[in-house]
Amino acid sequence: MKIYLPLDSVAVALGADAIADAIVAEAARRGVAIDLVRNGSRGMVWLEPLVEVETDAGRIGVGPMTLADVPALFGSAARHPKAMGLVDDLPWMKGQTRLTFARVGVTDPLSLDDYRAHGGLAGLDRARAMTPAEIVAEVTDSGLRGRGGAGFPTGIKWKTVSEAKADRKYIVCNADEGDSATFADRMLMEGDPFTLIEGMAIAGLACGATKGYVYIRSEYPIAIRVMEAAVLIARQAGVLGAAFDMEIRVGGGAYVCGEETSLLNSLEGKRGVVRAKPPLPALEGFLGKPTVVNNVISLASIPVILAKGAAFYKDFGHGRSRGTVPLQIAGNVARGGLYEVAFGLTLGQIVDGIAGGTATGRPVKAVQVGGPLGAYHPRSDFDTPFGYEDFAGQGGLIGHAGLTVFDDSADMLAQARFAMEFCAIESCGKCTPCRIGAVRGVETIDRIAKGDAAAIPLLTDLCNTMKSGSLCALGGFTPYPVLSALTHFPDDFSPMKEAAE
Amino acid sequence: MLDSALLSDRIAEILTDHLGLEGPLLPILHAVQAAFGHVPQAAIPQIAKALNLSKAEMHGVISFYHDFREAPAGRHVLKLCRAEACQAVGADRVAGAIKAALGIDWHETTPDGRVTLEPVFCLGLCACGPAAMVDGRLVGRCDETLLAEVAV
Repeated sequence: MKIYLPLDSVAVALGADAIADAIVAEAARRGVAIDLVRNGSRGMVWLEPLVEVETDAGRIGVGPMTLADVPALFGSAARHPKAMGLVDDLPWMKGQTRLTFARVGVTDPLSLDDYRAHGGLAGLDRARAMTPAEIVAEVTDSGLRGRGGAGFPTGIKWKTVSEAKADRKYIVCNADEGDSATFADRMLMEGDPFTLIEGMAIAGLACGATKGYVYIRSEYPIAIRVMEAAVLIARQAGVLGAAFDMEIRVGGGAYVCGEETSLLNSLEGKRGVVRAKPPLPALEGFLGKPTVVNNVISLASIPVILAKGAAFYKDFGHGRSRGTVPLQIAGNVARGGLYEVAFGLTLGQIVDGIAGGTATGRPVKAVQVGGPLGAYHPRSDFDTPFGYEDFAGQGGLIGHAGLTVFDDSADMLAQARFAMEFCAIESCGKCTPCRIGAVRGVETIDRIAKGDAAAIPLLTDLCNTMKSGSLCALGGFTPYPVLSALTHFPDDFSPMKEAAE
Repeated sequence: MLDSALLSDRIAEILTDHLGLEGPLLPILHAVQAAFGHVPQAAIPQIAKALNLSKAEMHGVISFYHDFREAPAGRHVLKLCRAEACQAVGADRVAGAIKAALGIDWHETTPDGRVTLEPVFCLGLCACGPAAMVDGRLVGRCDETLLAEVAV
């Protein structure tokens, strides 16, 4: 009897380890031989912990599991009171185009045989027969843009590093996924670590780099454990070795280290302060050498692009946003989780349709798109298609494609204040608009909260200074949530609010 | 107080294990904290010497990162997520109730040394918040009943 139960952080945070123990104990009690695979998560967080039982018809999902639900697994899974039917047939799964996440939740994350059997290493095999320039051209042609948030064309970045002359070059994976509402990097690393390893090995071939680092935030203990184990397995199997090897590094709990130059300083063992650009990391990055810094999802999208070709990948998407994007739907939401789909769905289709509105059943007031540096969008933005340019046109950004849903009990002045407070806590301190501006921002919003309407133009002016004067996106984009809250929800900033209360 | 010879020996081992790395300081600090629960002041000159850094540079790095502590924490470390997705499902209310019950604010330890309370900005559990970490263990959809896990 083959049973799957995720090792993913979400499943574990909702009790999966105790359920795994109970399944093993129950099987022993009944004298049933089981093969319990700790897989990645399918991304349906409201069903976690989600057990899957393999049957002749396919894998039947049972969830959300509690300890009391364990014994009934050993009857007919299809007739379990919490049986969901075949997992592959659930609307959430059928609606997706899983390219980057094709194997997540399906395979055993630490089985290289499983990985190979599900199409893994085909991209690397093809890349090994190509010249570096051909690999770079393939990535450029795919239209892949940085999935970390900046949206810079990945192929252009690779080309710069590939053509740079140096005795040593590096591939650095930015796995410092600190934005609230984002967990795609974590899920990928926990659920299909070899995809990231393969993507980095291909990047190494394309750029002439022999060493890679994955910088994972310390808040992700399970991702760190799985990636470390996967690197060892890949090394033993010869996927990694003399030509290209890699190491896992752990961050120190600083949000700003998700900014690529801060990350490089941190990797070098320094304070994670931002570096001025130029020089670009592509020319002078880690230890001053040419360095590709790519997000987890960018690198994990490489194997499928190489395996199936640039045209296949580019065929998905909308406008200049090509391929698929793993949407991460979070916050106060009826059905939250990860949903990989071609660019182009509207915000309303995602929030009202896929996610089913709020968990509380109250009306959606605002959706923050792109993490703590992304704008708060009102329902009037719900016809905006999900794409880099489309959200920029609405005074926002898609960032790492995280969406946080808030119901009508949210106080948008409090959310704006939090954005400034967060910036003040996490500022690296290098540039003044961010270091001082964020502190002044909190004070100014507190004045508005006390009914001082004269502070509103001051806040707008401060935001403009931060936007144009900050070195990196932390200070530069904190104005997005602040100004969008102020623009779209002026009632929450009005002195009348205090009077009414 | 840690025995200084023992501390020095353990630090020397950690240094030996890590000095071959490119950019070894953060891995060293994580290893020291894993061994001692914090980064003891007495360890700093030894690490600084091995890496050819000044004590000021060491202090700069240690104080930059939220993870590194210069003093031991309480018996339990309770981290509560304060980020937006958890706020959307009531994290502020839960944090307020837990602070009131423990009688401490963020970054403080109860006078009996039982619990250290820390904020964390995102554990990647954004669709099953409010999220928490109790002594390194992840917890989703948490509320004040977390207090039972740090009761003794």
